[in-house]
Amino acid sequence: MRPAAHAKRTARAVAVPLAIGLAVVPATTACGGGAAPAGGPDGVLSSSWGDPQNPLEPANTNEVQGGKVLDMIFRGLKRYDPKTGEARDVLAERIETTDSTHFTVTVRDGWTFSNGEKVTAKSFVDAWNYGAHLRNNQKNAYFFEYIEGYDKVHPVSGSPTADTLSGLRVTGPRTFTVTLSQRFSTWPDTLGYAAFAPLPRAFFDHHADWLAKPVGNGPYAVLNYTRGAQMSLRTWKGYPGSDKARNGGVDLRVYTDNNTAYTDLVSGNLDLLDDVPAAQLKNAKADLEGRYINSPAGILQTLSFPYYDPAWNTPGAVKVRTGLSMAINRRQITETIFRSTRTPATDWTSPVLGTDGGHKAGLCGKACHFDPAAAKKLVAEGGGIPGGRLTITYNADTGSHKQWVDAVCNSVNNTLGNDRSCVGSPVGTFADFRDRIGRKKLTGPFRAGWQMDYPLIQNFLQPLYYTNASSNDGKWSDARFDRLVNEANADPDMATAVRTFQRAEAVVRDQMAAIPLWYQNGSAGYAARLSHVELNPFSVPVYDRIEVA
Amino acid sequence: MGRYAVRRLLQMIPVFAGATLLVFLMVHVMGDPVAGLCGERQCDPATEARLRQEFGLDKPVWQQYATYMAHVFTGDFGTAFNGQKVIDLMASAFPVTIRLTLVAVVFEVVIGVALGVVMGLRRGRPVDTSVLLLTLVVIAVPTFVTGLLAQLVFGVTWKLVQPSVSFTAPLDELLLPGLVLASVSLAYVTRLTRTSIAENARADYVRTAVAKGLPRHRVITRHLLRNSLIPVVTFIGTDIGALMGGAIVTERIFNIHGVGFQLYQGILRQNTQTVVGFVTVLIIVFLLANLLVDLLYAVLDPRIRYA
Repeated sequence: MRPAAHAKRTARAVAVPLAIGLAVVPATTACGGGAAPAGGPDGVLSSSWGDPQNPLEPANTNEVQGGKVLDMIFRGLKRYDPKTGEARDVLAERIETTDSTHFTVTVRDGWTFSNGEKVTAKSFVDAWNYGAHLRNNQKNAYFFEYIEGYDKVHPVSGSPTADTLSGLRVTGPRTFTVTLSQRFSTWPDTLGYAAFAPLPRAFFDHHADWLAKPVGNGPYAVLNYTRGAQMSLRTWKGYPGSDKARNGGVDLRVYTDNNTAYTDLVSGNLDLLDDVPAAQLKNAKADLEGRYINSPAGILQTLSFPYYDPAWNTPGAVKVRTGLSMAINRRQITETIFRSTRTPATDWTSPVLGTDGGHKAGLCGKACHFDPAAAKKLVAEGGGIPGGRLTITYNADTGSHKQWVDAVCNSVNNTLGNDRSCVGSPVGTFADFRDRIGRKKLTGPFRAGWQMDYPLIQNFLQPLYYTNASSNDGKWSDARFDRLVNEANADPDMATAVRTFQRAEAVVRDQMAAIPLWYQNGSAGYAARLSHVELNPFSVPVYDRIEVA
Repeated sequence: MGRYAVRRLLQMIPVFAGATLLVFLMVHVMGDPVAGLCGERQCDPATEARLRQEFGLDKPVWQQYATYMAHVFTGDFGTAFNGQKVIDLMASAFPVTIRLTLVAVVFEVVIGVALGVVMGLRRGRPVDTSVLLLTLVVIAVPTFVTGLLAQLVFGVTWKLVQPSVSFTAPLDELLLPGLVLASVSLAYVTRLTRTSIAENARADYVRTAVAKGLPRHRVITRHLLRNSLIPVVTFIGTDIGALMGGAIVTERIFNIHGVGFQLYQGILRQNTQTVVGFVTVLIIVFLLANLLVDLLYAVLDPRIRYA
């Protein structure tokens, strides 16, 4: 297949200049790796991409597509190991604390941005101050909320009364101190998230230019960027880190439809596709002759409930929710609809955390086990489904949510012996779906997907179930859970903190605050000329390790 | 002719205003766009308020519309949520879609009219019947089926073309998508031309031309075809607008970053500025294409005069 595809590309490179085009970018870049047929360490691969939803600022990127680029062009104090998810020091020489509140950070020497500017303590402090400040409209500003002075630069209402976070202080060219507003022992482990990346002066001084061609300190540098179409990244030869890229670069190509990307991959026009479309899963293994990976990602799908609706906030409703959880045949749905790219959930975290990180398979116990008889009994004991019928709300524009919601409903209907006890309620767009959740308009369960920000058990619990937390869409509240989370955060010992978090998770289980459905895997397919392709726990390809033949 | 054109241009103003208002309201009814900006979580209230203010979403709808239209007349189509100027999006998307539309229209005219003439002159013969049947099939099959099938056969199995179009969208890569986009209209053009030719072939002026002893090709091209093209021109004229706005399916299949891509993305992200901006331009294209068609009538048929 390879030689044929190759001849094709070369032919196109010749044909392009003849075409009447309003092309802005040199035609050769459009041909990806084909233009320069080099393999080995100079080989350039092409990879599928989606148009990032927000400007590519580190503290403003909250979805995978933008995150993909940030992971290539930035390195922060820490980085999550692509295999284990463990937070490892990269630019951090050391982060010291005695009380889990005051931290002293020392930045490693010898790092520069790809434009030559040195990475200093100030590069971090300036970047974080920018990310936290209300006037910059950064959607990830809440990442800095634990730093002292956040309420001054980012008040809930009114105008900011300070320009910078009082908890950040540069104490030397390579050292700065961080004061948190509360004890948070695992805080340093959150620093692998892209929002904490350092930024060069060019970001602040020539912002528009920077956005047109971002400059960072990662193993790749942006060669050119045509927004909404393609970004060409090339290996930065001067990269000082140990994870130097093992290829010549990556061309990220925007696809509107992943099915087209899949067709391109199969016909040799694309080298790497992450997120194989559900419709193609059954063909992928045969089409790609084994060049298909399916590995766990830190994503958990659940059904959340509207606790602002009094009908769902009763002791009886706890039984109903548990009953519903037991009425869902998770195994059958994940095997038939998702072709085992998802696995039935047995707790409220993700296997990528590992047992040390807090994942505990089976924590949910029999409440997550398909048991029609017990399910029917529990729902009846709890007084039946509030309102007489279960309406599962989901957005129909992305993912293959319709299929599984219908399957879940089917499962519930079969269990309860009533064809009308559960229906799916699709919402046209994701924005509208979020809008209805935000306005507390829902009366039944709704789809909730959680992709972790960092691989900590805290990230699977606190943002989702803590009273009034940012992603507590159902407005669930439980004093015991809150107390346990506070206790765990303050605990300087990682192991006991994790155990306390698991006790908090048990509260979620006993109340069945959300029905865990399945852990989601990341999937990718790649061309024969690539090797060492893997996905990190965030389901993003680890580009720097890919080798091109 | 001049006065007629001016009158038509003036008539466009209320149509334009009404259409943009409708689109604006429709996008507004879809719900709150800011809600979808922060992923699977609520934006924090302070940031949400700032974003709302920045995009003018905190004002009443009529005021948003008035501000928007005022800006449009100064050439400012606003900013998309990803920080890009809508005018920049247009500058990258419209050339691509225009090229695609041109390819499609050329196919329609060349293949459609040629087939139609042949069929019209050989009415009832096997050629006529078989092509008629073929056009019926093309009309009956939805574009996404034709598109995916063509992509699979030409792109994957035979490897004659790339299955997807690179982002610079050179003309040669647009041939297949253009043909797919044109397919249904092409079938209509064929049938329209056939009927028209068949009907006019028995007209008095054709008999006169033949009786004068004119060569056959001259009778066909100068007399018969010219008079038979009026319904075809009307169809193609209105089709230009439909092709440009309706290429969403074709553009998705072949990954073309044109108007359809931007509209699709704009609708998914409930980006009022993008959707209204692109639709506004499409409305203008529609109106101008219609005017052009009406003016062409006079050229084709000397009996038609505009005062």
